[in-house]
Parts: sequence; structure tokens; C-alpha cells
Amino acid sequence: MFRRLPEATGAPIPFTFDGREMVGRRGDTVAAALLAAGISVCRTMAVSGAPRGPYCMMGVCFDCLVTIDGAANRQGCLVLLVEGMRIKTQAGAPQAQAEEGAT
Amino acid sequence: MKTIAAIEAFADRYDLAIVGAGPAGLAAASLAVAHGVDVVVLDENASPGGQIYRAVTSTPMTRREILGEDYWRGVELVQEFSGSASSYAPSTTVWNVARGLDGDSLGRDFEIGVSLRGKARLLRAKEVILATGAQERPFPIPGWTLPGVMTAGAAQIALKSSGLVPDGHLVLAGTGPLLYLVAAQLIEAGASIRALLDTTPRANWMSALTATPGFLASPYLAKGLALLRMVHRRLDVVGGITALRAEGQKRLNRVAFERAGRRTELDCDLLLLHQGIVPSINLSNAIGCAHDWDDVQLAFRPQVDAWFASTVQGVAIAGDSAGIAGGESAAARGRIAALGAAFRLERIGAGQRDRDAAPLRAELALLARGRRFLDVFHRPAKAFRVPSDDATLVCRCEEVSAKTIRETVMLGACGPNQMKAFTRCGMGPCQGRLCGLTVTEMITDARAVSPAEVGYYRLRPPVKPVTLAEIAALPQTADAEKAVAR
Repeated sequence: MFRRLPEATGAPIPFTFDGREMVGRRGDTVAAALLAAGISVCRTMAVSGAPRGPYCMMGVCFDCLVTIDGAANRQGCLVLLVEGMRIKTQAGAPQAQAEEGAT
Repeated sequence: MKTIAAIEAFADRYDLAIVGAGPAGLAAASLAVAHGVDVVVLDENASPGGQIYRAVTSTPMTRREILGEDYWRGVELVQEFSGSASSYAPSTTVWNVARGLDGDSLGRDFEIGVSLRGKARLLRAKEVILATGAQERPFPIPGWTLPGVMTAGAAQIALKSSGLVPDGHLVLAGTGPLLYLVAAQLIEAGASIRALLDTTPRANWMSALTATPGFLASPYLAKGLALLRMVHRRLDVVGGITALRAEGQKRLNRVAFERAGRRTELDCDLLLLHQGIVPSINLSNAIGCAHDWDDVQLAFRPQVDAWFASTVQGVAIAGDSAGIAGGESAAARGRIAALGAAFRLERIGAGQRDRDAAPLRAELALLARGRRFLDVFHRPAKAFRVPSDDATLVCRCEEVSAKTIRETVMLGACGPNQMKAFTRCGMGPCQGRLCGLTVTEMITDARAVSPAEVGYYRLRPPVKPVTLAEIAALPQTADAEKAVAR
């Protein structure tokens, strides 16, 4: 869906999406890195289960919600990609879970 | 500029908190700091510039001609800000701005809820300038929620910040100067665009020309014409589009459109929609600022005075969030708002404030010439604002259809807030940002009253999601503990 221009030569940033290894570039948001990697669906809706992908890229639409390193409901378009991030499709409504260390 | 990279690095209290680091916020901060005001700029993005100057100092784009000289003008604003003594908190979400009540420990300060890297904090400020900018108008057509349908602004952001260009079968659709600007930028960057489907109503030509003879003297004219010529020369522009539909099962694979009663289909991997921008009013609405319906721009905008002060004392609203006027106007508006704040903070007198504001007001007047032409000419058609197709989703978050909205009006929901209570429309994470105007206009249409009478959602904090864990971890004041002690 998107390709990167030759001048975009930022340092490569490896990450995983649903366990698959991918590489973004320094300066990418999570949503941009996913689009560059050919990913167009990053969540399914809580109501109907329909697939969604990034729509506005500026924090307005919340269609790029993903789970990042175990934290659900992160706006992929506002989070800068960091090396080693484990990003997952957010399937439906996220389940409440205790944070590490909580009793 | 002092960059704040961790929640602990904030001071407890500032003279002035500015929300947004686009042209209005940056210009306001630089000027206020120069008058000795202690300023913090809070911004959701990782680098300054807002959307118009997105990533202007960090973009991988090196060929200047792709994004155009208007974009690079942002460098100066960012450099001025970087050289100032302002505090700057990037990647920071503002989820609440609340005024202290007489008698509590806040006094007349504002309390500002912010989150940074998963931690929240409450800051205090004497004055607030909202420079939250604009967002693209909702474009509710059948299939607009399919993966593969994005906004033109989204593609521009991907280009500016990551050097990404659309690949495969690409179609642009809608109206507005930004649609043509993005088309031109994508062409320059080497994208191949199958078609630009222009939904500008034919009748707009006449109403725009008769309403605004001043456009001939406007700085937008030459720029706009050059852009139009370039786009028309280099791609297939199809005008007079009266209906649009994004089609596909799990993702977009076709766009269907109607023109002069004839339906045509195009294979398509990426459809970029755009029909103008509207003020981002979620924060000003939640603070309780009064808003008016703008019948030309077809959107709500906050009431502001000559210093861009809102109806809530201590809150000013600058830039496009005070009504769409463009990036250059935004910077001038930001500076005027900063002079107003510096005066209220007693850093400058009324004489200096008025003297310094005079050239800025002259600049604004110049930039305003011809703006009305753009507003009238690019006024989107009702068919694309009030969806007639029953299955079209109006609320993307809660997946509420146009049919449900219409039926609920028949049941007696007379405004957006009743609509929300009946249907959950506007209750999802985007908090009405992508359905609010559609709902107001659909109710307006069904009840045959004015949008001003129908009104908008009454938004409440938090205006952006914040986790319970963040709220629970907030340090408690003595007052707050006393309030819940038995």
C-alpha cells in the first residue's frame, strides 16, 4: 500500500508484529512502520469484529489502536517506534488484566 | 528551549501552558517567553510543527520541491522556538484542563492533566492557550471504515514524517485546497494516481465568485491556480462527482462513483478522502468555552475576542482551533494571543500590547482576503455530509449507522447528547471527533432546525483516554484526601 522513498535512509529499527519480524526506520510512528511493512489491518472492532487500519495518522480516529509490549489501546500513530517493540493486533475489546507487580 | 522527556521533569506550576506545537502554539510560546512569561508547550507529537509543518526539522524528505516552499517556511518558526527559553513537552497528551474554584487550594489557577510515557501528572498554570489546530472533516460514505481508506492528510503525514508514498492503485476523492496540495505532493514524490474524483458541487463556482469579488486580490489566487493547473495537467481529474462508495470485503478493492447519473467503478488499493478541515474543539468544549455554528465553514468554532480570549477567563484559543484560517494566520493569531496573555500576566502594559499587535492584525487582514472564496468554493455537498445510504456508518467507533441515527431522531432524540445516550454514538474512544458534525447535521436535516439550535456533544474530561492506573498513581493533594476521608 505504501513504499518508502530512496531518501528515507533513517537507521533501521527492528520490531515484531503478531510475532513476525519487521523493520521500520528511525522517526517512524508505529502506524507508519506497519503501513511501510504492508500491514493494512491492525485491529478488529469491539462491536462487529470488522477489521480496521490507520485512517487519520494524527491521533483523531483511534482506528490504529494496537497492543504494544503488552499494553492495549495504544494509538499507533502517536507512538514512536522503538527497537524490539512487540506489537500485536488489537482484537476486539481488550480484556482487563493485572499489571505486573499488582496484587 | 528546554525539552521535557519524563513526567518528573515538569515544574509544578507555569505562568502559561500552551496546548499544541503547530504554528499558533510555537509562535505564541516564542513571543510570550520573550516577555518574561514562564511557558510550557504540551504537544502530542514527537517533534514540533503541528500537522502543517509536521516533522519539518526531522523529515527524511530532502528534495524540497516535493513538499513545496510553504512547508519549509515552518523551519523558521521551529528554530525561533528552539532558541527560546520555553519548556517543551513532546509526546505528551493533555487529557484535561480544569479551572480552580474560589476557595480551593488551586485558587484561580488551571489544573492540567497530562500523560507522558504512561505516567500522568497534574500541572498548574495561570493562563492557557489552546492551539489544538484542526482535523479533517468527517467524510461518511459507504465503506469509509474499510482498511485501505484513509484521509488525504494521513498520506501527507506519512510522506512528511516517514518518506512514505502510496503504492498500487491510488484514488483521491473529495474537495478542498488540501486535497489538491496532497495530489501535487504525491505526484512530485513519484506516486501514480489513477484518478482524482472531485466532489465540489458545480454550483459552488457561481456562489463563490459572486459572494467574493475580493478573491482576485487574494494571495491564494495565484498559488491556487498554479496548483490546479499542475494537478489537471498530470492526472485524470473527474469533476461533478455526486456519489462515492468504497467497496470490498475485508479491505478496500474498488471505488464506485456517480457522475451525471452514471455509475463507474475503479479498482483501487488505497482511497484518500478529504473534504476540508474543521476546528479541533474537543478541549475547548470540555472546558466549557462557548461555541458558535459557522454557516460558511459548516462547523462549530469557539467564541473569541480580539485577543483570541475565549468565554472562559484565562483560556485563549489561537490558530485553526479558533476557526479555519490557515497556517500563516495561525502564527499571527498565536502571537496576538500571547500578547493578550502577557498583558493579563502583567508582563506588558496595554500600550505595548496594542502597539505590538497592530502589525499582526494588519497581516491577518491581508491573509483573510480571499479566504471566504475558498470557504464558499470548497463547501462540501450535503450528500457527503448527511449520508442518505442507510448502512453508512456515522460513528466509526461504536459502529452506529445512518439508519439508526435517523430512526432515533424519529423516536424523539432532539440533540447529539440524547443521540449519544440512546445509541452510544460518539461514546467511543474518538469522542465524537469523527461523527459529531455528521450527527449535528443529520439531526438538523431531520428536524428542519438550525445546527446552532441542535448543538454539539457536551464533551467531558478526559478528552483523550488515560488509564485508571495513571489516574490512581497521581499524587493526591491534602484537599482531595480530605474530600474522601470519613
